[in-house]
Amino acid sequence: MSEVQDYKSRLSDPTSRKMGTFSYLPEMDADQIRKQVQYIVDQGWNPAIEHTEPQYAASHYWYMWKLPMFGETDVDRILEEIELCKKANPGNHVRLVGYDNYKQTQGANMVIYKAPLEGEVLERMEAAAAVHAYDLVHK
Amino acid sequence: MGKTYQAGVKEYRETYWEPDYEPKESDLLAVFKITPQPGVPREEAAAAVAAESSTGTWTTVWTDLLTDLDYYKGRAYAIEDVPGDDEAFYAFIAYPMGLFEEGSVVNVMTSIVGNVFGFKAVRGLRLEDIRFPLWFVTTNPGPPHGIQVERDKLDKYGRPLLGCTIKPKLGLSAKNYGRACYEGLRGGLDFTKDDENVNSQPFMRWRDRFLFVQEACEKAEAETGERKGHYLNVTAPTVEEMYKRAEFAKEIGARIIMSDYLTLGWAAHTSLSKWCRDNGILLHVHRAMHGVIDRNPAHGINFRVLTKMLRLMGGDHLHSGTVVGKLEGDRAATLGWIDIMRDKYIKEDRSRGIFFDQDWGQMPGVLPVASGGIHVWHMPALVSIFGDDSCLQFGGGTLGHPWGNAAGAAANRVAVEACVQARNEGRELEKEGKDILTKAAKHSPELKMAMETWKEIKFEFDTVDKLDVAHK
Repeated sequence: MSEVQDYKSRLSDPTSRKMGTFSYLPEMDADQIRKQVQYIVDQGWNPAIEHTEPQYAASHYWYMWKLPMFGETDVDRILEEIELCKKANPGNHVRLVGYDNYKQTQGANMVIYKAPLEGEVLERMEAAAAVHAYDLVHK
Repeated sequence: MGKTYQAGVKEYRETYWEPDYEPKESDLLAVFKITPQPGVPREEAAAAVAAESSTGTWTTVWTDLLTDLDYYKGRAYAIEDVPGDDEAFYAFIAYPMGLFEEGSVVNVMTSIVGNVFGFKAVRGLRLEDIRFPLWFVTTNPGPPHGIQVERDKLDKYGRPLLGCTIKPKLGLSAKNYGRACYEGLRGGLDFTKDDENVNSQPFMRWRDRFLFVQEACEKAEAETGERKGHYLNVTAPTVEEMYKRAEFAKEIGARIIMSDYLTLGWAAHTSLSKWCRDNGILLHVHRAMHGVIDRNPAHGINFRVLTKMLRLMGGDHLHSGTVVGKLEGDRAATLGWIDIMRDKYIKEDRSRGIFFDQDWGQMPGVLPVASGGIHVWHMPALVSIFGDDSCLQFGGGTLGHPWGNAAGAAANRVAVEACVQARNEGRELEKEGKDILTKAAKHSPELKMAMETWKEIKFEFDTVDKLDVAHK
């Protein structure tokens, strides 16, 4: 049996934050993202793109990039829109949503671009973690 | 012109066997598997069950003539062979709507699985399925939130949820118990869970447990940025105590609580479920004691009926069996009742043990929970069988990881996400499961370790309660 390993996750370390489905897997490459877009289209769901500043990622509501792309089935068109969103919002995380209007839910929701956590963003996230740690002790 | 009164014992079939009867939309329909006493004809046994579960008694009484007995009686309207069983047969019985109190599963079950189950004319009696008419469905509260609302509240989409029952289920102090929860949650679980018999024992009183576990959830949420919950079991010896615990869970900000609906009692459970909707708290439901009721193929109540009852009384999660783990569960039958939990309309499908069409109207669905004896190697099959709308719970399969709960949780989270990703890419999970997990393990030492630990474990006892199929 191998040595017991420590689990590296820290309240004070913003890189420990996860963001839902697929956030425990390595970031997807372009081909993998294309396949997930294709899956959303094949299910008959409406693709949508959202983005946020990393320090607000835990919020229910990220910013919508334009409107959900109702009825869009052209995978290239959707991928192009993802790129436009990234370009217009540097430093933000970007996620892909598939709205299932029949079940009234999101059939898919995955972060497809993780902004690097550095500089001012990192400082803000560390400050927030410190406040939370204080709350936990003093409640 | 009134009837005349004639005292004495009549054959049941004169009154309660109506093979020409066309069931009405408003009727409650039931199918029983009857094993009659030797020498009792099928029609007589079926009629006896219809009578004893509705208006009848063993002798004619004069007060029968003060009402319209023809309206109120249950009618046996069809009889079928049971495949693979020469003794037993299926009897289909229709009950008129006026027999039942609106919104009362308690009343329905008291009638149709009441005295009749001790009735001497039958040797064995099993309620296989019920068709609840839509009027009855709409008079019941149903799940406090339902699957979609739960996903929205927790912000979790496009994958099965992951849970873990804390073990040893009895004997940990509240603080050590909270530690076990925290480790699992920070490793990537969505939920941890009290076991069914974790209530308020001397080693861990409920209030201490609630507080430590809530801190575990809050710290794991802050650390991972994801929403977490622990099913706080509020099953208690009295209803007053149950409410006291539920109110405290709400006060400290718990997202989800839990009930053992069969031992808590159906009326108490239904009240708790309504409380959960009023207070915005999810309700996880455990089915402890179900095996007493549903396991014997010749006598009792099939779990699909217990499932329908729970959806009516209300609950956001219900244990369904895993198909692949250590607990009983015929695959086809399990697929049948997970559809009964989740879908809006379920069609008759004898290959899955479903005897009637069931219309749930707009009633929300219940999330099936697969729990018991499962580990990472089962993940591809579980994702394939249960799909996204499910909660997969690994107890030993999380806590038994050689590096501890956080690593065990991370292994399961990586495995479930890898399976979902592969399925979305069009791959066949049950065929390619090994390859999918092996590739995912390259990026996850926790998963790799889990796969080495549990590789050989299998549960291959034969299922006792199987669907009835011909063996000749």
